[in-house]
Amino acid sequence: MEQMELVRLATTGSVDDGKSTLIGRMLYDTKQIFQDQLEAIEDASRRRGSDYVDLALLTDGLRAEREQGITIDVAYRYFATPKRKFILADTPGHVEYTRNMVTGASTADIALVLVDARKGILEQTRRHAFIASLLRVPHLVLCVNKMDLVDYSQKVYDEIADEFRHFAARLDIADLRFVPVSALVGDNVVNGSDNMPWYHGEPLLETMETIHVASDRNLIDARFPVQYVIRPHTMEHQDYRGYAGQIASGVFRQGDEVVVLPSGFTSTIASIDTYDGQLDEAPAGMSVVIRLNGDVDISRGDMIARPHNQPQVGQDIDAIVTWMSDSTTLRRGAKFAIKHTTKTARALVRDLQYRFDVSTLHRIEDATELGMNEIGRVTLRTTAPLFFDEYRKNRQTGSFILIDEVTNNTVGAGIIGGAAL
Amino acid sequence: MSATISGVSYQISHLDALEAESIHIIREAVAESERPVLLFSGGKDSALLLRLAVKAFYPARLPFPVMHVDTGHNFAEVLEFRDRIVAELQVELLIASVQEAIDEGRVAEQTGVNASRNRLQIEPLLRAIEENRFDMVFGGARRDEEKARAKERIFSFRDEFSQWDPKNQRPELWSLYNALHNRGEHIRAFPISNWTEMDVWQYIAEEAMELPSIYFSHQRMVFERDGLLMADSDYITRMDHEVVFEETVRFRTVGDMSCTGAFSSTASTVEEIIAEVSATRITERGASRADDRTAEAAMEDRKREGYF
Ligand SMILES: Nc1nc2c(ncn2[C@@H]2O[C@H](COP(=O)(O)OP(=O)(O)O)[C@@H](O)[C@H]2O)c(=O)[nH]1
Repeated sequence: MEQMELVRLATTGSVDDGKSTLIGRMLYDTKQIFQDQLEAIEDASRRRGSDYVDLALLTDGLRAEREQGITIDVAYRYFATPKRKFILADTPGHVEYTRNMVTGASTADIALVLVDARKGILEQTRRHAFIASLLRVPHLVLCVNKMDLVDYSQKVYDEIADEFRHFAARLDIADLRFVPVSALVGDNVVNGSDNMPWYHGEPLLETMETIHVASDRNLIDARFPVQYVIRPHTMEHQDYRGYAGQIASGVFRQGDEVVVLPSGFTSTIASIDTYDGQLDEAPAGMSVVIRLNGDVDISRGDMIARPHNQPQVGQDIDAIVTWMSDSTTLRRGAKFAIKHTTKTARALVRDLQYRFDVSTLHRIEDATELGMNEIGRVTLRTTAPLFFDEYRKNRQTGSFILIDEVTNNTVGAGIIGGAAL
Repeated sequence: MSATISGVSYQISHLDALEAESIHIIREAVAESERPVLLFSGGKDSALLLRLAVKAFYPARLPFPVMHVDTGHNFAEVLEFRDRIVAELQVELLIASVQEAIDEGRVAEQTGVNASRNRLQIEPLLRAIEENRFDMVFGGARRDEEKARAKERIFSFRDEFSQWDPKNQRPELWSLYNALHNRGEHIRAFPISNWTEMDVWQYIAEEAMELPSIYFSHQRMVFERDGLLMADSDYITRMDHEVVFEETVRFRTVGDMSCTGAFSSTASTVEEIIAEVSATRITERGASRADDRTAEAAMEDRKREGYF
């Protein structure tokens, strides 16, 4: 069978910039829309009195949202080309939904940020770019939409691209690209455009198909958070003791010398097991079972790494937190449950240093709390040591969530800057 | 898993990536709960889910039972498959019976031509969860199946009435799942959320997985209703104008005989099915589920009440 690669996308744009239409267009032109879906939206378009089939309806969600005519939660869409299978996190762009965008961006390989060519770069566009860079989405494509409404003008497009490039220089975006599109008409989405002969780049889909993403993973720092201890208690596997988990980063090989945290015990990898047989080596992303030589006592929440390349170990952590709850706030002195890799502990907010104004990137130093959709820099003290890396080097071991201990709700998403003093 | 990791870039195929993600989810759910159970209908998605669960704990046995919510209107071929797989894997099978719920007067059988036991599954399902104090319930739902599913979390919180509240879902970031719940509440975990119908078939081919025979083309006595071919059986009332004829068909999903439609097909191998699925212009549910065609929001309504 053909080897296809899995690529995760996050799309965002302000309301009415044409995000739903763009996604609908992508599905339609790649022939991922089924007859019954098409009939359903043709029907709905007619009922609403539209002259044309509203492709945006394809990605409309739950009933309440349909009634309000807006998208209010992250929804996931799937489509494939012969080369890639895409998982698209469709996130609404309004400021109220910062948390949804952070959610979508947390796993994305590519962020598609939409702007309306007539409106240009808005405060919201800057916020979307900031969040994508904060969450370290490796590739950002600015899609300048509705080019048909500005006479496909190169000048308009160039001005928008320049302004954005200028702003993005203040952010840390590894790979930034631009494409002029008309989602409604179909220019430069899946197919090229005769209306914009001045544009020499590729259509959006081609970019999405060819951006190199495999090397975005951290393949250097070997980290294996232990998820589950496998002890079969069967006659056939009486003495078997294996550590199950998904490799967070790096590559593990049979025979590798390893260190187990927090004990600091060293050993070597006896085997890397899977249901389908043993592996000589396994890279980031694989779910495997690792067996070690010698008697080691390891449990869930421990981490296996290499002796000469270990994560930081500590209880005082400097992090940027996005607040996701409207029933509580984050304040100095508050306590939460923290989940980091496979480890759960408790965390105390030692300090709230500042809050970001996410549109201007200014720091508000006298902030006393973080409310829903606000982002700020905090210092945490945890009840047990965490084994972590800076988020910018490692998305897996550099991220955590905060959970309200009364309601059990996930209330915060954190990215680690490093150890705090 | 194909164990082909290409070149120095260590690129993983999409099926290996999906498999690894699902296994991670399953292990996480089991590590963070006390009494897990896996819903197993014998259909292809639950067969996939069970296989992934077995892989997740290999070489240990599956550390939890599987449960079938039995409408009493099953295809014989599916029951045969269910029993065989469960015996092979030596897992414990629990049955939550809709018939029993009807006999005991806990739910009322629907009447009329479009009567179905689909919705009646909710009561026995929730009752079994309560009685067994299950706090982690694995389901084989996929987000590409249906609009309401597209927004559901992988770890989906259910209150003490098993209700799903689409407006009040826990944010889900990176691969960090929040499984916390109080006594009486539970989590529905959907490890194959990110698989599409095509991914499932490709994986079935790659792994040479077994499936119930009704997925493959066969001869069957059917009649036509609303553009679907319904299997003629004791469980479904035909109207006078609905005539029975023999046809070469297969099923794209398997469920209650009263609401699962077949369609004409000569695809008799997994490869032929993949070719057919690639060419088809109708969604899986549109092609075979009479229940979802009744109302655009049918699934969302059932889910709120605690459906799969
Ligand atoms: N002329 C034109 N209209 C567009 C284009 N893309 C979207 N629209 C229209 O803009 C409106 C908002 O689009 P929609 O996709 O719902 O925006 P969303 O809120 O970002 O999802 C709809 O009336 C669309 O038909 C485009 O490229 N050109």
